[in-house]
Amino acid sequence: MYIILVTLACLFVSLPREIPVKFEVGGMKVDKTLVRKDLNIGIGNFKLERSFDLKLGLDLVGGSYLVFEADTGSIIEERRTDAIESLRDVMERRVNLFGVSEPNIQTSSFEGIDRIIVELPGIKDPEAAKAIVGKTAQLVFAEVSDGEKEESGEEGSEVQFKMTELTGADLKSAAVSYDSVTGKPVVVIEFSGEGGEKFAELTGNNIGKPLVILLDNQIVSAPLVQDRIVGGSAQITGDFTLDEAKGLAIQLNAGALPVSVQLVEERTVGATLGRESVEKSVKAGIVGLSLVLIFMVVFYGKLGIVADIGLVIFGIITLALYKLVPVVLTLPGIAGFLLSVGMAVDANILIFERFREEKKKGVNMRLALETSFDRAWDSIKDANIATLVTAFVLANPLGWSFLHNSGPVRGFAITLALGIGVSLFTGVFVSRNLLRVFVGDKG
Amino acid sequence: MDWLKYRVAYFGLSVVLVGISVYSLVSWGLPLGIDFKGGSILEYSSEKNFSTEEAVSKAGEAGIEVESVQVVGEKNYLFRLGQVGSEEREKLREVLRKLVDGEVEEVQFQNVGPLIGPELVKKTIYALLISAGAILTWVAYQFKSVRFGVCAILAMLHDSFVLVGLFSLLGHFFGAEIDYLFVTALLTTLSFSVHDTIVVYDRIREIRKKKGGKVSEVANKALSETMRRSINNSVTIILMLLALATLGGTSVRWFALALLLGTALGTYSSPFVAVPLLVSWDESVKRFRKT
Repeated sequence: MYIILVTLACLFVSLPREIPVKFEVGGMKVDKTLVRKDLNIGIGNFKLERSFDLKLGLDLVGGSYLVFEADTGSIIEERRTDAIESLRDVMERRVNLFGVSEPNIQTSSFEGIDRIIVELPGIKDPEAAKAIVGKTAQLVFAEVSDGEKEESGEEGSEVQFKMTELTGADLKSAAVSYDSVTGKPVVVIEFSGEGGEKFAELTGNNIGKPLVILLDNQIVSAPLVQDRIVGGSAQITGDFTLDEAKGLAIQLNAGALPVSVQLVEERTVGATLGRESVEKSVKAGIVGLSLVLIFMVVFYGKLGIVADIGLVIFGIITLALYKLVPVVLTLPGIAGFLLSVGMAVDANILIFERFREEKKKGVNMRLALETSFDRAWDSIKDANIATLVTAFVLANPLGWSFLHNSGPVRGFAITLALGIGVSLFTGVFVSRNLLRVFVGDKG
Repeated sequence: MDWLKYRVAYFGLSVVLVGISVYSLVSWGLPLGIDFKGGSILEYSSEKNFSTEEAVSKAGEAGIEVESVQVVGEKNYLFRLGQVGSEEREKLREVLRKLVDGEVEEVQFQNVGPLIGPELVKKTIYALLISAGAILTWVAYQFKSVRFGVCAILAMLHDSFVLVGLFSLLGHFFGAEIDYLFVTALLTTLSFSVHDTIVVYDRIREIRKKKGGKVSEVANKALSETMRRSINNSVTIILMLLALATLGGTSVRWFALALLLGTALGTYSSPFVAVPLLVSWDESVKRFRKT
């Protein structure tokens, strides 16, 4: 009996320490500055914050959230996915020109309406971004002017190109295929009837010279013309990997399937407002958390202290998870976290109430403790699964188009779900072991 | 304690709450925000104060129709308008600059097209149906009784409906708005409500397995045993949310309040709606079988 108690006491020492340590190690892999020995929670937390920055959402750092609706009405059903994918690609390249850190561009389709959601954190000039990102893509074929082709350097290279009549409008489609001889991936382009004629003429004039394909005035490809190509279909060969070929096809399609977009939703938050929100939320979180901690001690005395330790560990683990996953933290996300704190305490309250009852029956402390944990576990499990179901629907991890896929709602659900997961661990496992020792100490 | 003795009173209170909700919804409707009906919100920050009426009339002279202006905090002003483009946006800022004779900072701009709202409504309904269906199945399976599931769902719908009704009221009297955050709060209320109900159900199941007895007695005992836990747990969540509602800044204030009301309703409905419903249903089935 005594041995068990001693073992439990060791567990008590190791458990709360090891939890931050475990996550520390995971977190430290990148940093490699932290030695595993003797970490306390405070240091652990501090270190984590240094090596891993919390990813904050647009509403906290400031930035723009833009939703464009794509006009795909003129494009036949089968080509729509291609068109949208190309559009996304084009937008992504334009966004990258702005040098925004970690932009997020995603597509969303709901009941036949295609949208592109563009998130630009920390953008300084949203107006310019809107104008450029929302432009329809322009694909043009260009000839290289004589004489200067060898010096085609980085600067002023556009000047040397002579734009031709052949544009994206003449292009019917582009797709990845495999060369019948070499088996290497190639890009097959197909022209419309008129486009085919233009292309034949163009290739006839430029045998042995490169034909430059420009998308939004940027070179996407410059294949060498081997022969006059008639019949409206051509192959671009090269040492492509499959991904490169796919990328090229997507870019060519952006020109072949030009999609005009319209801005239907915009949310721009200034950096000042974001900072204020962070400060206020943190303050609210600290005040709320302290109130809960005090409440637990007032109502459950020593048991409450155990719950509080569990809660602090809960906070540290969740925070570490946010950084490791990583979770983009938004205001609703913070609310989700605060709510999960409330739910984490619930597990302890359930157990302690059970404990109180069992003790009244006059059984010894240890037995009362074990039964109350076992009994309460059923309720905790059943109840939390119900909450997880809702969180799952809200978080929409499979990206079902008929559910919410906007950032804020998802952010809330993800933090809530993570919180519940961690609370099952700290609320039950950690506090159980803490309590075993607690009871053991009293003999 | 015989909780179920006052069953009529609980049902009465619920009827009153639902009644108020229906009345409010019928007479004032829902205070839909721009997420649902489209429009724009512009928030400015200005070191110098200005009168909101003057701002509205000056903007009107410049051809910009402002629906409302709300003072937020000490130096922020929230303008609500219809759909606006960059041009009107710049113009309004210029108007304000002239008004205060100094710099005005735009801290927030939101513009939502008219088509976003219907989509949000549909997605919310799908989310609602899926989670309600999944929870119903889960509860029915766990407690091997459709009755348990249906009563839990009824209590859950009661909570969400009353929450919507209360927001209609809050919207009418205090300018609350229904936005996508409210939708999130609503769905959380659903899960919290069931969360709480399951804890009580679980106790009913346990007592029934151990001792058996009349449904109402079992339920009563389960209620007595879980009441403290229910209240204490809600208190902790409410403490958290109260802090968020009072200190958390304007953008989450209504959201926190919605969650707060949802928590309170969810706590109330488990012992006072779901369980009485279950017991009444059980008893009436038995009575029916006897005759």
